[in-house]
Amino acid sequence: MTDTKQPTRSASNPTQFDIHLRGARVAFGGADIFHDLDLTLQAGSFTCLLGPSGVGKSTLLRYLAGLEQGDVSGNITCSDGFPLTGRVAYMAQQDLLLPWRNVRENVELGAILRGERPDHDQSERLIADVGLTDAAYLRPAKLSGGMKQRAALARTLMEDRPVVLMDEPFSALDPVNRLRLQELAAKVLRGKTVLLVTHDPLEALRLGDHVHVLSGTPASLRNAVTPTGQSPRNISDPAILAQQAELLRQLGADMAEAAI
Amino acid sequence: MSRLLNPHTKQKTLFERRWLKLARPFIIIFALIATWQLIVTLTGAPKYMLPPPADVWTTLIKRHAVLFDHAQYTIAETVIGLFAGAALGTLAAIPMALFTPVRFWLMPILLVSQAIPFFALAPLLVLWLGFGLASKIAMAALIIFFPVTVAFFDGLARTEPGWLDLARTMGASRWRLLTHIRLPAALPAFASGFRVATAVAPIGAVIGEWVGSSHGLGYLMLHANARVQIDMVFACLLILCAFSITQYFIVDRVLRAALPWQPDSLKPVR
Repeated sequence: MTDTKQPTRSASNPTQFDIHLRGARVAFGGADIFHDLDLTLQAGSFTCLLGPSGVGKSTLLRYLAGLEQGDVSGNITCSDGFPLTGRVAYMAQQDLLLPWRNVRENVELGAILRGERPDHDQSERLIADVGLTDAAYLRPAKLSGGMKQRAALARTLMEDRPVVLMDEPFSALDPVNRLRLQELAAKVLRGKTVLLVTHDPLEALRLGDHVHVLSGTPASLRNAVTPTGQSPRNISDPAILAQQAELLRQLGADMAEAAI
Repeated sequence: MSRLLNPHTKQKTLFERRWLKLARPFIIIFALIATWQLIVTLTGAPKYMLPPPADVWTTLIKRHAVLFDHAQYTIAETVIGLFAGAALGTLAAIPMALFTPVRFWLMPILLVSQAIPFFALAPLLVLWLGFGLASKIAMAALIIFFPVTVAFFDGLARTEPGWLDLARTMGASRWRLLTHIRLPAALPAFASGFRVATAVAPIGAVIGEWVGSSHGLGYLMLHANARVQIDMVFACLLILCAFSITQYFIVDRVLRAALPWQPDSLKPVR
């Protein structure tokens, strides 16, 4: 299942603008999930967001994706002066594949929903990149969990947006499949600006150029560690393992604080 | 017990199961007829109260021309009513799901329409639409309308929120969101409503015929009943049953074939 073909398209077209989030605030039922939150996503960098469950990681991601409506304020600007809206691809923890469409039709969903003619060559190329060529005409019910998430990744890439927001996309997978998909994601997303929400410190350290931790009520962000070297990083690298231990210590301290 | 656990006998049990599957409807029918005959024998009911199965069978054969003629009307009323009611239900459910104000205005009207007893409505329909097919079709359609509307609306209202989020980030238009995600996602719910409708549609047609008509099995039953031809009443009932069951299975098969992606943990009844 591992892929040998090197995708070229996304790498040849790196994202050129930084994203600045200033004074972000989201509240549910009068209680602030976070307020006065600042975050910068550097052009073409892979940022991972860690934190305890329920702290608001997904909310922050959904806020950036424009999916949080209601009691919301703050400023999202891009360094090229254009709005972020419409330049974001979103990938969730569930594969969100439509059960009545086969893999290729699911990958081409965005074009269909916008009333455009889908680029079949491109979708076939991306399906090959994620190693699903043989399954391209199967419906999701016939796929394994790992294959479904590969299809979702291909659908995300098919959108060809400069910014990719991912909400625990690999957390439902078994460890082996998770490692494979992390590797694949690191490869195919190179050059794009990525924000990945995860609860797995090792995943953050494998993939992230920056690792942030969101904690507290209302939640605040801090830059936890900055891994070095090219991703996907080796999980047996002692430096990575040391950083994982450090992250776990920080997350543990956050949880202890929350309990008090 | 040991035979069931032995893997070598698996082929045989599979064969037996297939045989059972084919025989099952006949076994059920035989059991029902036997029960019927048993009741006749035990109670000693006179023929003008409860005719024995053999008498009804004779009537079915002897008067098949009349029965067939009238059955045609009832079947036509039911089938047309079914599709008319389902179409109306669809037309009501979609705007209700799409536009909140429509929902607020239409839902109470729907509930009021269900509060009116259909039997009471039948004479009015005959008065307005006449003795012909139209009043019976309207009756069947009215009965069907509500289950289809409610089921389809429910399906449309329960679109997986993740799909809606995804579609929003993809820049989907409201119309394309409806046609490519919400409608197909609601089809299994629509199918449930349509199955219920299929089962109740003949009731509407027969009630319509009872109240005022010159054709149809309901008409035939009413007149046979008045002349104490109870065997004829039973013959009509048998035809109605056979038709309802056939119609249900055809609809069920078509719906299953049309929605092969629908998760289905239960085996279909064949």
